[in-house]
Amino acid sequence: MSACSCCRPASIGKKIVMALSGLVLAGFVLGHMSGNLLMFKGADAINAYAAWLHAHPGMLWGARVVLILSTVAHIWTGVLLTLENRAARAGGPAVEATRRATLSSRTMPYSGVVILTFLVFHLLHYTFRTVALGGQEFGDKVYEMVVAGFSQPAVAVFYIISMILLCLHLSHGISSVFQTLGLRNERWRGRLDAVATAYGWLIALGFISIPLAVLLGCIK
Amino acid sequence: MVKEHDNLDSHGEQTLSLRLRVWRQSRGTTGHFEDHALAAVPTSASFLEMMDMLNEQLIKEGKDTFAFDHDCREGICGMCSMTINGMPHGPLPGVTTCQLHMRNFRDGEMITVEPWRAKAFPVIKDLAVNRSAFDKVIQAGGFITVRTGSATEANNTLIPKPVADEAMDAAECIGCGACVASCKNGSAMLFVGAKINHLNILPQGQPERERRTLAMVKTMDDAGFGNCTNYGECQAHCPKSITLDVIAKLNRDYLRARVKEFFSSTGKPRKGGD
Ligand code: HEM
Ligand code: SF4
Ligand code: FES
Repeated sequence: MSACSCCRPASIGKKIVMALSGLVLAGFVLGHMSGNLLMFKGADAINAYAAWLHAHPGMLWGARVVLILSTVAHIWTGVLLTLENRAARAGGPAVEATRRATLSSRTMPYSGVVILTFLVFHLLHYTFRTVALGGQEFGDKVYEMVVAGFSQPAVAVFYIISMILLCLHLSHGISSVFQTLGLRNERWRGRLDAVATAYGWLIALGFISIPLAVLLGCIK
Repeated sequence: MVKEHDNLDSHGEQTLSLRLRVWRQSRGTTGHFEDHALAAVPTSASFLEMMDMLNEQLIKEGKDTFAFDHDCREGICGMCSMTINGMPHGPLPGVTTCQLHMRNFRDGEMITVEPWRAKAFPVIKDLAVNRSAFDKVIQAGGFITVRTGSATEANNTLIPKPVADEAMDAAECIGCGACVASCKNGSAMLFVGAKINHLNILPQGQPERERRTLAMVKTMDDAGFGNCTNYGECQAHCPKSITLDVIAKLNRDYLRARVKEFFSSTGKPRKGGD
């Protein structure tokens, strides 16, 4: 190992960290999305769910610590990969030809940065409740808070666009995880690509349904 | 007959007039494209023969020729290396530049010819790049250590046919570097994956399996190649159609080797312990 293996971890090592942290985040978004769908069951259902979460601080903080560590690891390796890969390409050819790299694979750093921006806004919005709620206090009334938040079209549209980019990110990322962990071959590549795309859309449409329902007045 | 007669040469063969934009670079300079017109190129000529024609024309004009790598000219040595219209080894999948024929181009076409572009493959001159980074990777573990002497009885080491086939598929890699040149990350994972697989799945490769995997990946990283992000461009441009399977298996073998290294036997009990 080189003297400074912590600043320059092995290429495959970084990929494995990226894949495992991405997997944690991808699992989280499924759970988060499912919980959010309680919005359609009415105010009592989602408010009770939120109260239940807050009544179990050990579990909540356990999950938060894992998510924070995964996010930091994912961004750290993502930045390293992106910078090293730019340098390794040495500018690339004057004529750029692409045979099979997908749009989602080529936009991973960009979709990632949008998701990060979204994440910061989202936490300030609904976790710390310091932006875009007009200084209103909601306490345990999560349902009312979400409706108030998405009643502003600009906020709802930003959420919808971010979720479409999350779909893009996942449709390459999920299939990529299998390759990185060595669990993919020619036979399974197409199937896993389809699974990844389906998963991306499932997550995105699940999340999007809520701001969309508020915008259309189905939830009020 | 269609009227294509003005494009026939003295042997009655169809010919092309081409506009070429070819990369010119000498050591220590940043390089630039040079434009040349080349007429009467037979469609049966290989791409390298077309480049020979261009160089002959340049010699007659008293100009400097273009340097490019080539050797066998039959698709087995891996020396030829040109990015043609953005595609390493040109537009025809599964062939090397030397096996690419001019019938794959149109009359009057403008063709851009560049060297492999990657930090780990510095340009020597014009279209020739230094691929010794690949040699270093091979030196780090692309071999098996055996006492060479009289050959052993072939049936001493039994290898099931599917395993032999898989090893042979991986061994098809000719080390040309098109995977690196086509990769948007300048990654050498297809090459290293092919070389590691070829040995790691055979019985003869087992004793050095972990050491080989770790050493070759480390050498690959140190040479300045990028990290794979699963674009799949390498497979689409590899003249030997090596698949991403070798990269998945390389990832798996690397993980396995790291785990085995981490939990390797420490030998004697530690002092003070029991
Ligand atoms: C916080 C902002 C984020 C940034 C900057 C980011 C950036 C990246 C980058 C640069 C890659 C590498 C591309 C590749 O190797 O193919 C990647 C891969 C991945 N990302 Fe993200 N990402 C972010 C958030 C997320 C989130 C929220 C999820 C989960 C829902 C996620 C899931 C994945 C997965 C599964 C991979 C594939 C890992 C692999 O290649 O094996 N990412 N990300
Ligand atoms: S894997 Fe294919 S493209 Fe890469 S060096 Fe080997 S033959 Fe060339
Ligand atoms: S010159 Fe040998 S492979 Fe092309």
